[in-house]
Parts: sequence; structure tokens; C-alpha cells
Amino acid sequence: MRNFTGQVLFLDRNDINTDEIIPAKYLTENTKDALKSHILEDLHLGGFDAGKDIAGKKIIVTKSNFGCGSSREHAVWVFEVNDINVVIAESFARIFRQNMFNCGMLAIELPREDIDAIFSLGQDTVVSVDLGKNLITAENKQGSSLSLTFSLNEFDRELVLAGGWLAYADKKY
Amino acid sequence: MGKTIAEKVFAAHLRDTPSPTNVVLNIDVVLCHEITTPIAINDLVAKNLDKVFDPDRIKAVIDHVTPAKDSKTATQGLILRDWARRHNIKDFFDIGSNGVCHALFPEKGFIRPGYTVIMGDSHTCTHGAFGAFAAGVGTTDLEVGILKGVCSFREPKTMKVTITGNLPETVFAKDVILNIIKQISVNGATDMVMEFDGPVVDQMSMESRMTLCNMAIEAGATSGICMPDRVTAEYLWPFIQDSYATIDEAAQDFKKWHSDPDAIYAKELNIDVSGLKPQITYGYKPDEVKDVAEMEGTPVDQVYIGSCTNGRIEDLRQAARILANRKIAPTVRGILSPATPGIYSQAMEEGIIKIFMNAGFCVTNPTCGACLGMSNGVLAEGEVCASTTNRNFNGRMGKGSMIHLLSPLSAAAAAIAGHITDPGKYI
Ligand code: SF4
Repeated sequence: MRNFTGQVLFLDRNDINTDEIIPAKYLTENTKDALKSHILEDLHLGGFDAGKDIAGKKIIVTKSNFGCGSSREHAVWVFEVNDINVVIAESFARIFRQNMFNCGMLAIELPREDIDAIFSLGQDTVVSVDLGKNLITAENKQGSSLSLTFSLNEFDRELVLAGGWLAYADKKY
Repeated sequence: MGKTIAEKVFAAHLRDTPSPTNVVLNIDVVLCHEITTPIAINDLVAKNLDKVFDPDRIKAVIDHVTPAKDSKTATQGLILRDWARRHNIKDFFDIGSNGVCHALFPEKGFIRPGYTVIMGDSHTCTHGAFGAFAAGVGTTDLEVGILKGVCSFREPKTMKVTITGNLPETVFAKDVILNIIKQISVNGATDMVMEFDGPVVDQMSMESRMTLCNMAIEAGATSGICMPDRVTAEYLWPFIQDSYATIDEAAQDFKKWHSDPDAIYAKELNIDVSGLKPQITYGYKPDEVKDVAEMEGTPVDQVYIGSCTNGRIEDLRQAARILANRKIAPTVRGILSPATPGIYSQAMEEGIIKIFMNAGFCVTNPTCGACLGMSNGVLAEGEVCASTTNRNFNGRMGKGSMIHLLSPLSAAAAAIAGHITDPGKYI
């Protein structure tokens, strides 16, 4: 299983789409690693600088309808190759969410109040996800912390434990 | 308890229920193109799983960048081509016979009522126009589809969209779906199947129904879907005539898929189109929609007519109504990309290609090209395109450019005027 702990990258906007996560022009690449430096390259978010703001971040916390648009799994792989294995959002677009679980990664939905609460901890927040206890803990540099419970679809959980849909399906079907 | 059409299709294809809210379905057709499939093929090869579940139920096309524009896109084509050959996938469409996937595959009769269809492409929802459950999926789902012929979904919730009234002369399926997305927003149908119903849909051609279903994903829907009927049977007749004595018999048989009157819907929307005006997007999200009249005078640098949304014969005919005996504005670059070779040659026979060329349009081969900003009409920074495509995301057709989505009729009017304008003026 993957590592689900790390520093948070806050993306404060609804409807961040797959073209912003990884532009179509990179879909000609045939390896995941080639995508690495293009993460969130076209993201339109005031003050966000993909070159500086991503280094060291392991978990994305964002608003609603994250990953809308194209079916490209490249939008998940570009996170994977940057060692980002968790996205926590108010809601996801269906295909993106499925792609995350299909790769054994976590797409966790939380109510808006909980998302706002994590946001309020500010930069330098570290989040860790305990899959066994369905618990998210978040703590900032000043020592403020919070614990939030989440629920996961049982099948999605199995996919994460199995290491993704291909491994799961190859065994079962 | 009654069932929706999506629930009936799911029940007929149920393979497994891995959790109370998830299902694994048997898939009738797995569609492939050269952008998302090569990386799936490479991964399967690397994992020693280079097999296909059934070569007759896999269809593949090179459509996004064709002819190849550089070594990388040439390699993508090569990987798909080699794979199709080594697995004996006979329905493989390459230069000379290729076209935009969601226009080409229906034209070949591959999509039938009651089918389950997946493809590594979000606009796979287009095929729901045939009364199929058709969903866009990522690469891993595609890999499992290719290998095992199955795909997992959550149980389908359905949003019923009932379309009534009479379509005004300058208003089309494109305007209707843009208006629906405006009403329900870009995630108004997330995790739902959008079922398009009502007298307006009944009267629509298959082409128009495909336009409607094509943009269901822009409201977050898993698929669009229409009830298969006589119009569907007529369209499919060349492919199904061995199975039925008459078209009417086929249409009658298709009724078994129709939603029951007591089916349960998660959401319902009624839209009367009688007063609807031509619609256009103004921002970077497909739900940022206005009346064309509200954008009157907005200059455009390029007009693009094509794509899986509006590159079909009836779209070309509508645009040609305005373009005939007129010239596009000198400040505008007009690009027509008929969606398939079949559409292209039909348009030639009808004199439509000539009309476009006389008006000053460049006519390209069938390809996605400019729609996703990969070739054949990428925009420069600051440029504006009036486009019959389906997605206006920031940067989609070129970094720093703006796309206004609209109908082929409205696009043709913009090409003539040099700016966004009411197409009614030219009719
Ligand atoms: S025409 Fe555009 S939207 Fe349609 S399949 Fe091609 S790239 Fe995708």
C-alpha cells in the first residue's frame, strides 16, 4: 500500500479540470515519468506557481468537482510520479475519482465544513490518513490540529488494498 | 418497481456485485484510440498481460492526431497499429478510413440498443444516443476492459431530462444541451446517467441525439442516454436487417429497453425549448452559457466546425445554409473538419464542401485535431475561436486562447460576420 501522509498542497478553487492538471499536449508521452515536471502546469489559480508551490507536497486538499473534464488517467499519474497519493475534496468528477482508486490511490470526499477546517490550518499543514480507522489527522506548524472521520466506499477501499483495479480484476475475473 | 433504461442495461450485463453499491458489468464493446490506448498496451505488455478478451468486440481508431504531426504521435499510432495486427482486431481504422471516434463507430453500426460500451475517452457518453450505456473511462479501466471485458461502476442513478416544445429555426440540439448544462452546472449530473426524453428528442435525428448525449459529461454525467426507437432502427437498419423482418419490428423490439413509467429518478428537469435562443459559452467552463445575442459583436479570429459534437452531415448542412454564396470575413480563419470519411464524401456529393471552400474555409481531413489543441488549428495566445466542439477549458485549443462553444449555424454566422452574431440574420 502507498504512503498516505505528508504536507498539504491547498488548491482553493472548485472545478479544477484535467486540462489544468496535465495539458493535452503531454498526452503524446508514453511513460508516466515524462509527465512529472508538467504537474498542474496550466492551473489558473491566483498566486499559484507550479514551479515553487508543489515541492515537498504529498496530499492535495481542494474544493468541489475536482478532476472534471477528460478521462485521461495522466491526471492521476502526474500526481503519482510526484509522490502525491491522496486528494481530499468536497467532491470529484466520476472518472477522475475512479482513476484514483484504480491506481490504488485515495480520493476522499469530505463535507464542506471539514474541508474549510483543514484550509483554516493554513500552509505547512501535515495530513495523515489512517485507512484502518477512517481517520484524517491534520496538524500545522503552530501545533493546531484536528481529526476528521471519513467514509469510503467498500469496493474503493478494496481497490486501494489490492494495489489497484488491474491487480484486483486479474485475480477475480 | 419500475426500472430506468440504464438499470435495465445494467441488469442485463451484471457480472459481479463486489459491494452493495458497486457492480461489475460485462462490456459489449471496448473502443480504443491512439491517445489513451498505447500507454495501456505498454503497461499490459510490461505486466506480461498482452492479451485481449475478444478481438471482435474491440474497435480501434487513430483519430486524435492524424496524419501524425511528429515522432511522438507517430509512435502512438504505431503502437496501436501493431497491437491491432497482433491481436487480429479487424475493426481498426487508420489513414484513409479513420475519423473522429464518436462519429465513426456509430456510423459503422458498432453501437446497438442495450449495449454496454467503454472507451478511454470522456465523450464516450455520445453513444448513449442509441439506447446504450456508454461511459468514458481511464487507462486502467480500459486495460481491464481489453483484458477481461468487464468494467466496474457504481449503481446507476438517473436524471430524467424531459424536452418539450418546438425548436425554433435557429436552435438545435447543441443549444439545448448548452442550456441544460447552464441550468444544472458542470457537476449537476455527477454519478448520474442523463436520460433525454420527451417529444423534442423523439423527433430528433440520431445525429442530434448524439450531440445531446455528447455533452452529458460536461455536466458530470456518467453517460447520456436516449430511448431507442424507429429513428434508431432506421439508422441501424443496414447492420440489423438480418435480425429483423422490418424496421418496425426492430423498433418494437427496442422498446424492451425503455424506462418503465414507474421508474425512479434521482433528479428531474423539464425544459421547454419553444422560447430558447441560440446559446454560446462565454467563459472557461461549459456551464458559463449565454444567449448568442448577449455576445453580439465579440470578434473571433477562428471558426472551427467539426468534432464528435458537431462534425456530422446535418451540422455541415446547417452551416452551409449560411455560407452558401457568401464569403467569410477577411479577419477570420475558417476550418472545417468533417468528422468521418463517410461524412466528408456525403458532403462532397451534396456540394457542401464546395460551399465551404468558396466561402473561404480550409477543409481538413477527419480528425480531432484542433478540438484538443493538438494539431490542425491550434490558437495563439489571446486568440478567440468560435467552435462547434464541446469543451472550452482554459488552454484547451492553445495556451492563453478563448473558445466560445456554439452550434454550427451560429459558428457559420460568426465566420461571415467576423464576430459573434445572431444566425437568424443570415437565414
Ligand atoms: S473531437 Fe474533441 S472531444 Fe471529440 S473525441 Fe476528439 S478530442 Fe475528444
